[in-house]
Amino acid sequence: MKKWQFLAPLGLFVVLLGFLTVGLNLNPREVPSPLIGKPAPAFALPRLDEPGQTIRREDLLGKVWMLNVWASWCVACREEHPILVEYSRKRAVPIYGLNYKDTRPAAMDWLARFGNPYDASLSDTAGMVGIDFGVYGVPETFIIDKQGVIRMKHIGPVTPEVLRDRIEPLLKQLNA
Amino acid sequence: MRKIFIALSFAALAFVASAKEAAPESADPALEARVQAVASELRCLVCQNQTIADSHAELAVDLRNQVRDMLRRGDSERQIVDYMTARYGDFVRYRPPVKSTTMLLWFGPGVLLAGGVATLLLVLRRRSRMAPENFDPDEADPAERPPSTP
Repeated sequence: MKKWQFLAPLGLFVVLLGFLTVGLNLNPREVPSPLIGKPAPAFALPRLDEPGQTIRREDLLGKVWMLNVWASWCVACREEHPILVEYSRKRAVPIYGLNYKDTRPAAMDWLARFGNPYDASLSDTAGMVGIDFGVYGVPETFIIDKQGVIRMKHIGPVTPEVLRDRIEPLLKQLNA
Repeated sequence: MRKIFIALSFAALAFVASAKEAAPESADPALEARVQAVASELRCLVCQNQTIADSHAELAVDLRNQVRDMLRRGDSERQIVDYMTARYGDFVRYRPPVKSTTMLLWFGPGVLLAGGVATLLLVLRRRSRMAPENFDPDEADPAERPPSTP
C-alpha cells in the first residue's frame, strides 16, 4: 500500500488532465437554452417580402419547421448561407427566417444576392421576438415541432455536420 | 459535466468587477438608478464578462431598454430577473440561484477548504506523536559547506 503512495500525484494529475480536456473543449459561447422543450414564444411579425402579411406562431402549428435567425449585417450568416440554400433544395423541412434587427432594403438585397432558402422571412426590426427566443448571437437555428415546442437550438452557423448529425435525425424522429 | 463547467465559469466571472457603466438614457434619475441596479445583476451574453449595465453591445442596450420598460410598467426586480432567466437561462444571473445543479459551485470551495485544513491537522498531529528517530538528523546545507580543496 505504502509502496504505491508515490503514484498519488500522478493520479491527481490525470484527474486534472481529464477536467482540462473536457473544459477546454467546451464552447463557453454555447449557453444551454432554457427554451428547449418549451412552447415557442408567441409572435406576429410581418413578412419580409410582403410587409402587409403577418405570420403568427399559430400559423405554423401542425408541421415541423426550422427557424433560422439571420441578418444582412451578420458576417457568420454569410458563411452559413450557402449551406442553407443547398439544404433548402432538398425540401426536408420548411425553413423560416427571422430577419433580426435589420432593414428591409438591406435584407431583400442580401437575399437577392446570395439566394433565398426561406419559405418566408419574418421582419423582427426591433429585435423583440429575438429576445423572446433568447437570441444572443446571430445566426441561431431552432427546430420547432408540430405542437409548436422548441426541440433544438443551434448557436452559430449551421454546418453540414450539424445538419447530418443533429438536425436530420431529429427531423426524422419528429416527422415519424 | 457541462453544467459543472458552466457553474465553475460563474465562479470565475464573479470576481470580475465592473468599473465604468454605460451612460443613462432617460431623464428620470430615480428610474435610471433602478435600471442600473437591475442591469448590473444580469450578464450580457454577447460579451460574457460584462453585465448588461456595463456593456455597449447592441443586445445589452436592447435588454436595458427592456428593463426600463418593465420598471416603468411597475414590474418588480424579481419579475425582471425571472423574465430574463426564462429566455437566457440561469447563466444571465451574476448571482446564480442555489439549487441542485449549482450546489458544487456554492459549496465546493468551502468543502475543499475544510478538507485541506482537516488533512493538514491530521498530518501535523501524526507527526507530533512520532518518535525523533523517524526524522532525518539535521544536515548542513551543501551550499554552505566550504569547497573541498584538491
